[in-house]
Amino acid sequence: MAGIPHDKFKPKPGFQTWLNTRLPILSLAYDTLMIPTPKNLNWMWIWGIVLVFCLVLQIITGIILVMHYTPNADLAFDSVEHIMRDVNGGWAIRYAHQNGASLMFIAVYAHIFRGLYYGSYKAPREVTWIIGMLIYIAMMAVGFLGYVLPWGQMSFWGATVITGLFGAIPGIGEPIQTWLLGGPAVDNATLTRFFSLHYLLPFIILGLVLVHIWAFHTTGNNNPTGVEVRRTSKEDAEKDTLPFWPYFVIKDLYALVLIMAVFVYVVGFMPNYLGHPDNYIEANPLVTPAHIVPEWYYLPFYAILRAFTADVLVVQLASFFTAGIIDAKFFGVLAMFGAIGVMGLAPWLDTSSVRSGRYRPMFKWWFTLLVVDFMVLMWCGAMPAEPPYSTIALIGAGYWFAYFLIILPLLGLIETPDPQPLTIEDDFNDHYPKAKKKEKEEKTEATTPAE
Amino acid sequence: MKKTLLVTFLSFALAFPALSAEKAKGVVEDMDFSFEGMFGTYDKDQLRRGLQVFTEVCAGCHGLNKVAYRNLGDKGGPELSQNQIKEYMSNFEIFDIELDDYRAATPSDKFESSAIETAPDLSLMAKARAGFHGPYGLGINQLIKGMGGPEYIVNLLMKFNEEEKEQAGSILYGNDIYPGGWISMGQPLWGEDVEYEDGTEATIEQEAKDVAAFLMWAAEPKLNNRKEAGFLALSMMIVLAGLLFLTNRRLWAPIKGKQ
Repeated sequence: MAGIPHDKFKPKPGFQTWLNTRLPILSLAYDTLMIPTPKNLNWMWIWGIVLVFCLVLQIITGIILVMHYTPNADLAFDSVEHIMRDVNGGWAIRYAHQNGASLMFIAVYAHIFRGLYYGSYKAPREVTWIIGMLIYIAMMAVGFLGYVLPWGQMSFWGATVITGLFGAIPGIGEPIQTWLLGGPAVDNATLTRFFSLHYLLPFIILGLVLVHIWAFHTTGNNNPTGVEVRRTSKEDAEKDTLPFWPYFVIKDLYALVLIMAVFVYVVGFMPNYLGHPDNYIEANPLVTPAHIVPEWYYLPFYAILRAFTADVLVVQLASFFTAGIIDAKFFGVLAMFGAIGVMGLAPWLDTSSVRSGRYRPMFKWWFTLLVVDFMVLMWCGAMPAEPPYSTIALIGAGYWFAYFLIILPLLGLIETPDPQPLTIEDDFNDHYPKAKKKEKEEKTEATTPAE
Repeated sequence: MKKTLLVTFLSFALAFPALSAEKAKGVVEDMDFSFEGMFGTYDKDQLRRGLQVFTEVCAGCHGLNKVAYRNLGDKGGPELSQNQIKEYMSNFEIFDIELDDYRAATPSDKFESSAIETAPDLSLMAKARAGFHGPYGLGINQLIKGMGGPEYIVNLLMKFNEEEKEQAGSILYGNDIYPGGWISMGQPLWGEDVEYEDGTEATIEQEAKDVAAFLMWAAEPKLNNRKEAGFLALSMMIVLAGLLFLTNRRLWAPIKGKQ
């Protein structure tokens, strides 16, 4: 696996051989668990495990919640309160599920930005990146569908606003919106289909996650230097890598438990901090909340959606050249999906031959600005769509697109990269000088004849 | 049907005149409650006083239909005895759809729904309002002060400004906390509205705080369990993290040349 030379699994005679010749599940498990992993991975390489944990947590808590939840517009809100009050430990499961979604998005953003900085999306890992983007989009859908289920005010009005986005598509928008909602407005039919899809999509995500892991196990992990593991010989490869078990399993578990400490703190002591108080008011089609705010993890893209109003020049141009087919509302929708789209195209937009941002002096600054931009957009998304926030959001949205469409392609042409280490081993030994010394000692010992 | 819808819509529109983006004049001030902090729990006596204020004042208009009478005896709540619950319940009759008649309330019956349609149910009120949300909409002060639902309730009850105006046939009352500044509820607490059984002096502040604490319990009855479980889970995570830190360090030591 990964084209990295390593010891193959040898089943023991008896049951192992019997099973493995019929179904090579043991060698699959062995190869997956013992995959040679670059030994210089830093602490930003823990988010994948955190995400797998989150997915399992969400599926398990979700399945239990479904046992007590009632997907009916008249009963949903009360059934959630029934879970919170009458079901044994129901409050814990529900709060864990609710905050588990937030944890999963924190992890996925850290995971994505790690990939963007260290060039994990570049050849030969484009397919891993694209699958990752698909997982992210599916997560956005699941998060949104799930937020509708408690049938609070924000559930209801969030569903109204988000499905309204599809209504902005020229011509076919309205039929699509009606089809999504199961009627002319958000109602019981909407709730039941959202419930059904909220249960289905996580399993599709699970499938995508397996393919995602398969893809990067084929190419091998990226690492902070972006330098590939030497595949010249097994000895060379072993100098660059360590088996995933136990080295990275233990490291990842340690990181996961630290993150879990923060998570249980939030669930135990401030479970509603990330939620909106309005969602403790039962959905009411006749009362619109003062501000309809999506969950925090959509805010950056929500800000991009709202940034392109009719008085923005590019919107006017688009409207003029398409004879009004693309109006401000549809432009906003295109911009929001486009913002994720350009991120998916990063492997082909980045022209630099250097993979890791660590050795790209100019890229570093533009990347830092992108992270700041993301935070600023998140804040703008939470604020009302009025000056000065609308202006800030427009600048932020502009930078998001400029980063992927202009800066990434140009940087590769004008930037002089810093020297990169020749091997992962060199990088590791630079960090741990004692490791190098010890290695030399071992070599000299080996060459000195025994006394 | 259309007419009923229109009437309902209008009555709601009038009942919530302030759900526009207008800001309130006053600021919700922070105050201490016994249930704040990592080890904070509900004060049984305060909940009982709050129940009294709710029953004698609020329940005239507002319902509490997510809470069952038996919950009054739950551990961590007002902890009324079985007899006290029975005595409390004897004041209420429940309309039973199957009997098509009224009957005496049983412990598993819920508190009544709002007597006036436009008065919101108070079961979740303490979680459905945020007292603090700054600075600049970032919600960072909620990290320190909490969501502030009970604080919002106390401030709302205490900051009526004695102004009145008539709008579309109903009277609105000036309030410095309510969004928009005008609320359809007249000032409900004035001080000495109830005579506390435990002899506590019923000042307006005392009453407001007691009822806010009671409503927090009504909204989050499992708060004590949650904090206990949270503390246990946190302790376990810290111990486990310590063990894994040591395991990880020992595992990697030879690789990093530290051994």
